[in-house]
Amino acid sequence: MKTTNFSSHFLALLCIAFVSCTTLVAQEYFPKNDGVKSKNDNYTAFTNATIIVSPTKTIKKGTLLIKDGKVSAVGTSITLPKNTVKINLEGKRIYPSFIDAYSDFGITPPKSERRSFGQSPQYDSNRKGYYWNEHIRAETDALDSFKFDSKKAEELRNAGFGVVNTHMPDGIVRGNGILVALNSKDSDAKRLLDVKSAQYLSFNKSRTSRQSYPTSLMGAMALLRQVYLDADWYAKGNVNTKDLTLEAFNNNKNLKQIFYAGDKHNALRADKIGDQFGVQYTIVGKGNEYQLIDEIKNTNATFIIPINFPKAYDVTNPYQADFISLADMRYWNQAPINLGVLAKNNVPFSITTSELKSLKDFTKNLQKAIDYGLDKTKALEALTTIPAQILGKSNEIGTLNKGMQANFLITDGDIFDSKTKLYENWVQGTRNIINDMSVIDLTGEYTLNLSGKTYTITFSGSAEKPKVSIKTDSIKLKGNATYTDNWLGLIIMDKGDIHRLSARILSDSNTITGNAQLSNGATTNWSAIKKTNSLKTEKSDKRKNNLHEIMPITYPNIGYGYAEKPTSETILFKNATVWTNEEEGILKNTDVLLKNGKIAKIGTNLSAGSAKVIDATGKHLTAGIIDEHSHVAAHSVNEAGHNSSAEVTIEDNIDSEDINIYRNLGGGVTSMQILHGSANPIGGRSAIVKLKWGEIGDNMIYSNSPKFIKFALGENVKQSRYPTTTNRFPQSRMGVEQMLIDYFQRAKEYETLKKSGKPYRKDIEMEVLVEILNKERFITAHSYVQSEINMLMKVAEKFNFNVNTFTHILEGYKVADKMKKHGVGGSTFADWWAYKYEVLDAIPYNASIMHNVGIVTAINSDDREMSRRLNQEAAKTVKYGGVSEEEAWKFVTLNPAKLLHIDDRVGSIKVGKDADVVLWSDHPLSVYAKAEKTIIEGVIYFDLEKDKQQREAIKKERNKLINMMLNEKNGGAPTQAPKRKVKEELHCDTINY
Amino acid sequence: MKIFNHIFLSLLVACTVELTAQQTPADAQSEPITIIGATAHIGNGEVIENSIITFENGKITTIEKANSNTPTGKIINAKGKHVYPGFIMPNSTLGLGEIDAVKASIDQSDIGGMIPHVRSLVAYNAESKVVETMRPNGVLIAQITPRGGRISGTSSIVQLDAWNWEDAALKVDDGIHLNWPSSFTNGRRRFGEAPGVNPNKNYSTQVANIKQFFIDAKTYNLGNKATQNLPFEATLGLFDGTKKLYIHADDAREITDAITLAKEMEVKDVVLIGGSQAYKTIDLLKKHNVPVLVQRTHKLPDNNDDDYDMPYKLPKLLTDAGILVGLENSGQMERMNSRNLPFYAGQVVGQGLNKEKALQLITSNTAKILGIDKNYGSLEVGKSATLIICDGDALDMRSNQLSHAFIDGRMISLETHQTKLWKRYSNKYGK
Repeated sequence: MKTTNFSSHFLALLCIAFVSCTTLVAQEYFPKNDGVKSKNDNYTAFTNATIIVSPTKTIKKGTLLIKDGKVSAVGTSITLPKNTVKINLEGKRIYPSFIDAYSDFGITPPKSERRSFGQSPQYDSNRKGYYWNEHIRAETDALDSFKFDSKKAEELRNAGFGVVNTHMPDGIVRGNGILVALNSKDSDAKRLLDVKSAQYLSFNKSRTSRQSYPTSLMGAMALLRQVYLDADWYAKGNVNTKDLTLEAFNNNKNLKQIFYAGDKHNALRADKIGDQFGVQYTIVGKGNEYQLIDEIKNTNATFIIPINFPKAYDVTNPYQADFISLADMRYWNQAPINLGVLAKNNVPFSITTSELKSLKDFTKNLQKAIDYGLDKTKALEALTTIPAQILGKSNEIGTLNKGMQANFLITDGDIFDSKTKLYENWVQGTRNIINDMSVIDLTGEYTLNLSGKTYTITFSGSAEKPKVSIKTDSIKLKGNATYTDNWLGLIIMDKGDIHRLSARILSDSNTITGNAQLSNGATTNWSAIKKTNSLKTEKSDKRKNNLHEIMPITYPNIGYGYAEKPTSETILFKNATVWTNEEEGILKNTDVLLKNGKIAKIGTNLSAGSAKVIDATGKHLTAGIIDEHSHVAAHSVNEAGHNSSAEVTIEDNIDSEDINIYRNLGGGVTSMQILHGSANPIGGRSAIVKLKWGEIGDNMIYSNSPKFIKFALGENVKQSRYPTTTNRFPQSRMGVEQMLIDYFQRAKEYETLKKSGKPYRKDIEMEVLVEILNKERFITAHSYVQSEINMLMKVAEKFNFNVNTFTHILEGYKVADKMKKHGVGGSTFADWWAYKYEVLDAIPYNASIMHNVGIVTAINSDDREMSRRLNQEAAKTVKYGGVSEEEAWKFVTLNPAKLLHIDDRVGSIKVGKDADVVLWSDHPLSVYAKAEKTIIEGVIYFDLEKDKQQREAIKKERNKLINMMLNEKNGGAPTQAPKRKVKEELHCDTINY
Repeated sequence: MKIFNHIFLSLLVACTVELTAQQTPADAQSEPITIIGATAHIGNGEVIENSIITFENGKITTIEKANSNTPTGKIINAKGKHVYPGFIMPNSTLGLGEIDAVKASIDQSDIGGMIPHVRSLVAYNAESKVVETMRPNGVLIAQITPRGGRISGTSSIVQLDAWNWEDAALKVDDGIHLNWPSSFTNGRRRFGEAPGVNPNKNYSTQVANIKQFFIDAKTYNLGNKATQNLPFEATLGLFDGTKKLYIHADDAREITDAITLAKEMEVKDVVLIGGSQAYKTIDLLKKHNVPVLVQRTHKLPDNNDDDYDMPYKLPKLLTDAGILVGLENSGQMERMNSRNLPFYAGQVVGQGLNKEKALQLITSNTAKILGIDKNYGSLEVGKSATLIICDGDALDMRSNQLSHAFIDGRMISLETHQTKLWKRYSNKYGK
């Protein structure tokens, strides 16, 4: 069915072509009914040109010989066949025309089918015979929706492009693209250089589908991984039904794989998936790759980079200017260096116009990139040989060697020079004139005699569109000039008389002669003699002088980022009150030495050696705070598209540029578990991280991290507050139990099959659940009321494992004895309640009761604001229930470390543990205490003094950038409206994809 | 059927009791009470170590350094303890909602946009379970304030131990609340707007609408009012000084526009609420003598480049500049979090504000701002005996442990349904 469609469509295209362009493209075997067969076998030679055969090979005084749309020969001593049309390009240059490897040329993206307000979510696919997820569309063939767009083609040609690689930019797997020459005359039969040019992928859902899954970036990543596994399973013949998507995916496997990442971090994410399945993607970037250049380089990927630069912000309104973040301003400032930085680091890349609003900006932006450090050869490579390489078409396009497509540009100079004129863009041997080379340049000053009167006529400006000024007796007259096809029209308005003059310009001579219709109706001849040649004052290239200073990059590249990544130090704290969290308890007047990232010594009168000495007299030194439940630094928290999403992991989507990482360091937090949300009973896997400000996500994750997963119970998972009806099971606490039993039972059966040695479909979700059954992965379960808490423990016991942690656990106090027996820990809020029905019986004494019963108890935040004063929340357990201060402190340090199975590394001040410590100005449980220094593995990531300097630096830099942007605006550059960057607040129930 | 009805009714009663039972409000003060030996934090910046405080019929009759005079009435030995005025939570929705996510339990806003005639007091649930949890932390008075719309309605001030709203009222219809439009709006993707936070294109229109409303209301109040207009009628007090105008605004531009308009309209008493950028408009605030009820200190900074501790120190910045400052906590989960009011003040101490000045942010300053300082907000002879006795420093969670609390001399219960559950389950486990 599908195939038939394809063929008929293709045939239709051919028919149209046949009808419209018979004389040009008729194939030898096509019948001819409208005349005689008349094949043109002539050659065309371009002689005396400087030919840039390839970015690294230039021929002076060379000849380019073409025939039938291809290069027949190129060189300096070429024997021209007799039937050769010669074009003398003395003083001109020939370049291979450009290739855009990432385009949606000729393809209209589908209309968005987003769920309207009040519409129920769609969980299952509506398609039959295809993959279960509508966002996987490997079967999409760009040709099916391709229609050659002549207008856009012309725009592209005018910008210098000869070939584009287009595709349907829709979905996570987007199917194959097509390679199209922007040939203005021939039909698609000739234009289509490849009908299966590459397979496209992205993290973005299809606009054509309302199917919920995936609702998150991490979900999109998990889905893609599962597609690779399923495609393999299908290829091996294990599926007895048709899946056209997987078939297409497998068929496209050997094509080039182009991944639209659209961001530096997403580029790394895509590359990681590729590595897992042995695929090296070509990655479409954003323009911010320079910010993570080392990591970008390490992907070993070739990039396709949009030639876009953010506009300066309009900062004329100071109130509004205040809201623009330094990061956004810096991006405007730094973006022009991106391509130069990539080139200097030898990251192979091509350039795409796909994100440009107007193609007119292309040349300007390219010149800007060059001004800001992009090497011209690299620029040309990025537009010719590299995209050809990306597409595996180096033997057809990208250079002007013999046998290549005759796609080339004719210019009057260096193509990257702003004064250079692009005359012609030949595509497949078809001439397209952009600026007429044959135009005779009139510019200059002339003396014109018209029926006895003398005028001084001055033509200025460009050769094609000269402007005229007319004077007589040094009095300026009104009038105008038109100049097309070498016909000059001139109107002179002299004291009420209107004279109309015309002349055919014949050659580059100094005299113009023509006819005139005088105001009185009489006709006469006139002539003008050139007095001075071009009056053009040599336009100096102002661009270079206008370059703005580039602000230095910081880690991360936002406000409060550090100029250099801080490093581990040897530090001696003298005379502190040390909260050890060990048997020693709270030690007064004690020294602590940090060395090699570890706590090296605890004692009195420790010798400093080479250590940096910090006088901690009157201050308190504690282990860093650990938040068992956080959503800080996550791009998305919920994969809500299914009732189980064990296949997703927060580790995939850490946002290492979340300013709240820094703010939490300012509150003494050193580690946190970034949890999946509570949109479904079986959530996603956690990321257990240290707040290493300036590092990328992967470097924040604990090495050899314990494995955790979020489960959730209660109102959120049964979608109690959904505004619409929904058909996702479960909708009650009764259903939750059955759903969990079902999943664990299936996991058990999955493992049995896997162990049996028989073939099995690798299922990421099941693999994760099996880890739970095997006690290799631990559950943190979001829970509120006692019934559900009890239920989950019973389900776990049925499957012979233990729940590791109940988080929130606000009614834990009601079943504390059962929890103790089960051996589960509790991580709770200090005093939250009354925000929803299931927390009606939440009491601030919960932690103290659980603790008194003997449960490992922690206080967590689930809130990016509260987490930065978790010490105060711990202090509330002293108030509510009278927990001792020493034990209360453990609620936010050692106990969460125990719950996260990292207490062998962190959570107390003990020799040999990681040097993750905080120096407090006051008693750490006091509302008056400030974290003065927060240290992770011996690295000072937060320092109150340094923070002060940072604030000053930010003010200065903002001011500088605002002035630069004002200059930019005053210089006439377009600007964009101020925008306030606000990171959405993420809680358990946030769905933000 | 009848039997079923009967059972159902009993069940209903039982449930209702379980859900709404709160501590019985205390009886009026029947005998003089004297607190001896405590450190008295007056609430106006002064401290009396080893004090003697006597109150009779709800009023303070003595507060001074302990001496040899014979104490009158019932004696409470508070040696080593601290006495504070009861804390005041302005701009609160306590009693207007019970469970945030249960719509049926929420009565905090109404429709219509400009509805100054809508009065919070009549919906105030004196028996709210949330309200009773305020008292053990020392929060004894609140300004019950409607939310939503442009002019959300009229607030009243209540004490937090009462049988009903009428008994709770300390000051009825004290002011009108104006939610100033934001100069930035969140792009709503559903309506095809650009995502992110962008300049509010409708800002000027919205401001113009407010202005027109005030002009109309003022003009109406000058006329013979042949046809009564409830919204306009409700604004009368703004122009004669019997009601305050509480303007909720955050950004510097909005604050400036709001105060300029209020002054232009000759509104007598203007109070700014929120004021996250009030530190940028200090001169204007001082010039017009506008006090500020500062947003909760436990909040993230608004902008990425802001000082990480900006919300912590904002009250100090304004106080240091000579502005009269109180603290409020509107926002997410505001009701249940209101009991943390003393700690919001404590947070400012961490930023270097003197402790007694921090105390003023939730006592005498707020009383002045709300116009109840004649009786409340500080411990002075002749003023209401609305005070707490705390084992330690009440502004620090470590030591905020109340042994007594009095409202108008009535010794109120410090138990709540939460303390009951605590005891019930502690007993269950024998711990």
